[in-house]
Amino acid sequence: MGWTKKILRVNLTDGSCKSEPLNMEWAAQYLGQRGLATKYLVEEIDPKVDPLSPDNKLIMATGPLTGTMASTGGRYSVITKGPLTGAVACSNSGGFIGAEMKNAGWDMFIFEGKAAKPVYLHVENDKAELLPADDLWGKSVWATDELLHQKHQDPQMRVSCVGRAAEAGCLYAAVINDLHRAAGRSGVGTVMAAKNLKAVAVRGTLGVGNIKDPAAFMKATAAGKKVLAENAVTGQGLPTYGTQVLMNVINEVGALPSRNTRDVQFEGASKISAEAMAEPRKSDGKPNLTTNAACFGCTIACGRISTIDKEHFTVENKPEYWGASGGLEYEAAWALGAATGVDDLDALTYANFICNEDGFDPISFGSTVGAAMELYQIGALTDKETDGIALNFGSAEALSKVAELTARGEGFGKELGLGSKRLCEKYGHPELSMTVKGQEFPAYDPRGIQGMGLTYATSNRGACHLRSYTVASEILGIPEKTDPLVTDGKAGLVKAFQDATAAVDSSGLCLFTTFAWTLDNIAPQVGAACEGDWSVEKMAEVGERVWNLERDFNLAAGFTGKDDTLPQRLLKEAAKTGPAEGKVNGLEKMLPEYYELRGWTSDGALTAETRQRLGL
Amino acid sequence: MLRALKLEPEKCTGCLQCEMACSFENEGIFNPAKSRIKVFTFHNEGRFAPYTCTQCAEAWCMQACPVDAIVVNPQTGAKDVRADVCVGCKVCTIACPFGTINYSQDTGKVIKCDLCGGDPACAKACPTAAITYVDADQTGYDRMRAWAAQTANTSRVQH
Repeated sequence: MGWTKKILRVNLTDGSCKSEPLNMEWAAQYLGQRGLATKYLVEEIDPKVDPLSPDNKLIMATGPLTGTMASTGGRYSVITKGPLTGAVACSNSGGFIGAEMKNAGWDMFIFEGKAAKPVYLHVENDKAELLPADDLWGKSVWATDELLHQKHQDPQMRVSCVGRAAEAGCLYAAVINDLHRAAGRSGVGTVMAAKNLKAVAVRGTLGVGNIKDPAAFMKATAAGKKVLAENAVTGQGLPTYGTQVLMNVINEVGALPSRNTRDVQFEGASKISAEAMAEPRKSDGKPNLTTNAACFGCTIACGRISTIDKEHFTVENKPEYWGASGGLEYEAAWALGAATGVDDLDALTYANFICNEDGFDPISFGSTVGAAMELYQIGALTDKETDGIALNFGSAEALSKVAELTARGEGFGKELGLGSKRLCEKYGHPELSMTVKGQEFPAYDPRGIQGMGLTYATSNRGACHLRSYTVASEILGIPEKTDPLVTDGKAGLVKAFQDATAAVDSSGLCLFTTFAWTLDNIAPQVGAACEGDWSVEKMAEVGERVWNLERDFNLAAGFTGKDDTLPQRLLKEAAKTGPAEGKVNGLEKMLPEYYELRGWTSDGALTAETRQRLGL
Repeated sequence: MLRALKLEPEKCTGCLQCEMACSFENEGIFNPAKSRIKVFTFHNEGRFAPYTCTQCAEAWCMQACPVDAIVVNPQTGAKDVRADVCVGCKVCTIACPFGTINYSQDTGKVIKCDLCGGDPACAKACPTAAITYVDADQTGYDRMRAWAAQTANTSRVQH
């Protein structure tokens, strides 16, 4: 079965916590986590709702394999209507709290309404209650985690919470769990804070035992783990170098957006790469990287744990930052580094610590700082607006300072917290915002990796790499190599990746397994755990259904095909260097074909046949 | 030949596969809360450490048990808890210097590692070989080998 078949519905307005059965009819159609929670959201909220109003809902959802021995089976997602984009928001996180929810006997928590005063949810198996959080409000994620552990005297308890950035209205605030794992994108943390919900603390001791065929499940998961161990990326590359293994690779292929995407290569890339993280520092003889770390149940262990040099200017006389903590992943290193032109590894690590400590998305933040630096350079922003901070490209000092300000919503940090779209509009240069549907795109330049242009343009949560990671095919040759510089065939590639990804995100497994696994490896694991048909075809169908459901919600929220576009810079300004020199992104060649393959109208709307085929 | 669990914290990534394997083997359920092996995280230092019963030869828990519920398994050398005899008095949990025998409120008995009868599930599940099941007399040999490598810095052939 996989599911606990139980949902906890928390009404923050009246303070009630009620158990209700999981809708198994929907589970058969949407599996769990991303898909199933989106179905609940779509059924329960008005698509036009103000994301920060009490009428929006926020769902924390596990998948059927969360909390099991399947490798990486520890994922959970936070689903809501996002304030950064106004689109459906679904942010996925690892760490340990997803498995703890399952161990406590819950598939999902649905939060509705708004508490009159700050509260947190405390769950101990069947027992769930809202408790006052007045003493936690105004505290960082790290302080909140510590205070809750002290209060409940339970070191095994797991905490998801928001920091000061969310409280201050930063539109890309994250929900952080286990100190440094993040449901990071689209401002899901902002919605949580707007509900006066500071934290969710969970302890589960019931276990996950409702597996359909335990013997088949152990066999299927063991086979899956063997594939991960023997694959070069998941068995060696990711545990050794983390996702940062990409920094030099993507720079080489000329697809590393740099200095607000004016360039496609960054001369400082090697200084902020995985290789640099492992190199002993000249200053103290120790490497930035302390160790790798796994999320719950993960046999890959790509997580980075880093330590900053105590003498580094960012942490000098600040012993609270001298310990080891969540280090740079590729997207964060790119955003905080290449997008801003900063090549000081420890400064990026510090900014990353700050993003974790107060819960905000380093991708959106770094990209917004990059945009602000360009505005500053052309004189659209001056020292008057930036609180006197010389916001020059490449300035590690400026980056550290604005990270601190954004974390607390102070001064110019308040403006940076609204994201690059609002910032660039306010200062008269909307074309300098590197966003789609209001969300900053991540670390792959669509001029050098053409498929990523279509990926960003059509992503249901605003620009994102985790909706169809065609980099795998176009650069790494997984599952097969395609030419990154051509648009031919990319519409089909993007659709296939989008559907498969939506299925993986609905299962409780981590997307990173798909460097080695296809649905052929995943379907048997889901099938052994869950009642019903979970063939490869069914999984792909679920993925397609989830994708269309999200799309339909966005259309109802007011988006149209016109929003499936890219910043002009990617469509008009050719790449200046590298293999993609002279190229722009050929979105107009890919988009009509993509709509057709999706079974959508030429305006990008679902046709009646598509609706019927997918049961929408 | 008796074998023992060899724990190498420096290889542990904190994934908890061992805890799930242990609870599944012993309780038929994935439940870290019911695992006889535990992984501890020392977050500020970036360290993880698996820990479980080392099967002391003269086990404190066994000596302390007033009803002789803890017995030596002659095949594995493990100190096994006889659940039908255990009265749940918890004296063994006080006696054990390492904290590796614990009470289970579900059953009213104590639980501890029994080496899965000679085929420990944790060792099989560990993806990084931080937990292995080796000759009980040779748990230190890998470390000896590493140090030995440092002493043998001159090849005999050169003399």
